[in-house]
Amino acid sequence: MTRRRIKLTFPQDMVKEPLIHLLGKNFEIVSNIRRADVRENMGWVVLELDGEEHEIERGLHWIVESGVRVDPVSGDVVEG
Amino acid sequence: MSHVKCLRCRECGTEYPVEPIYVCDFCFGPLEVAYDYDSIARVISHESIAKGPLTMWRYHDLLPVDVEMALDMGTGFTPLIHAKNLGGKLGLNKLYIKNDSVNPTFSFKDRVVATASAKALEFEFDTLACASTGNLAGSVSAHGAKAGMDTMVFFPADLERGKILGAGIYGATLVAVEGNYDQVNRLCSELADNHRWAFVNINMRPFYSEGSKTLAYEVAEQLGWRAPDVCVVPGASGSLFTKIWKGLKELTDLGLIEKNDTRMHMAQAEGCSPIARAYEEGTPHVRPVTPNTIAKSLAIGNPADGFYSIQTIQDSHGSAVIAPEDEIVEGIQLLAETEGIFTETAGGVVISGLRKLALSGAIKPDDVTVAYITGNGLKTQEAIEGVINPVFTSPSYNDFMESMAAHTNGKSQ
Repeated sequence: MTRRRIKLTFPQDMVKEPLIHLLGKNFEIVSNIRRADVRENMGWVVLELDGEEHEIERGLHWIVESGVRVDPVSGDVVEG
Repeated sequence: MSHVKCLRCRECGTEYPVEPIYVCDFCFGPLEVAYDYDSIARVISHESIAKGPLTMWRYHDLLPVDVEMALDMGTGFTPLIHAKNLGGKLGLNKLYIKNDSVNPTFSFKDRVVATASAKALEFEFDTLACASTGNLAGSVSAHGAKAGMDTMVFFPADLERGKILGAGIYGATLVAVEGNYDQVNRLCSELADNHRWAFVNINMRPFYSEGSKTLAYEVAEQLGWRAPDVCVVPGASGSLFTKIWKGLKELTDLGLIEKNDTRMHMAQAEGCSPIARAYEEGTPHVRPVTPNTIAKSLAIGNPADGFYSIQTIQDSHGSAVIAPEDEIVEGIQLLAETEGIFTETAGGVVISGLRKLALSGAIKPDDVTVAYITGNGLKTQEAIEGVINPVFTSPSYNDFMESMAAHTNGKSQ
């Protein structure tokens, strides 16, 4: 089992989509929301994912394909 | 001994012991160092600071490290120059340049890596690591070498080779990751969570970022123990910006300066300006972007301290300005031609932003204004290739006179 801490950023046209519900339904992933702010024009959710490594990878790939940005909770760590 | 009380979550306030951790277990918010300011107040004074070395360690009471463990590479106490020529051009009578490009590895990163590496030694790590495309890599490698630690530097494999030579010379292990920028971010975050390595800006981040506060302390001391009216600071992750503000507030709270009504202005490059755009849109929520700027040292699309930077702007009645990409080199030239200081592209962003702020009236002629120049121009020479034109001549007196005349005419046209 793998545990991953991530931040999802939703563009305006994705804010109304139940993506986190679908992530748990379509993949063997348990998600646990820790912090979030969702408004009409954008939203972000910080959450923990539990699941097998390959299942988390598949799920995150699907989320990215849906148009949602996925980042580590630490923000960008590659600095100039 | 340091005066650190604990680590504290910036979101929910949960407190943690002083360990190499960086994220709150409950809300995944970032952790920050909390100090026992009563204890600091009992030992610190203008006189105690003046007795310290002419480096950043003269402020060790306000840093989260045991000074006995600190590496003294001569970092800090860099010049604060009254920029009369540049100020004259911009209509600013009290403009100062904080020239931090003269640190041991030629950028302000030596300050943050100094605190991170000292803390890594305290925690008995034997490996110092970072993910970087330039300045940070050089600083981490130099500090690792001085400390006798193994050093790992990660970077995207498609990075120009020249960018990383300045790290390799110190004996660091260079790891070229075949992946894009986001994938390198992800890999390094996972490595920091699973290996006992001191990743300076991941698991050491609470300590790392505190080093930036010394840029506030030094400026206040060099101005005769007062806060500037205006600071202009380059914006990448937002950490430097928020920590300069934190440093000024600490000095006020400790009674080392009378008041702090500094207006904090951030300058970002047009091709990577998520914080400035959030400011312009009037929202505290910073939307991540994919960077596309010549100011590579500021290319952080998902800034960890973006939200807190907006808070700092609001608290200080400052702003954020965007430097157009085609004005960054102009900014570099302007500083070089007026003050004799050759800065990298991040400095070009600061000078371009400063000019905008002066023209708009956001900075008044008699405001004591400090522009932070954080890196050396020799690091980004490729950016200025197109604007440097030598006079070509044969070794004959007449040819030289003709070539000079043609060159001078060309310049005046």
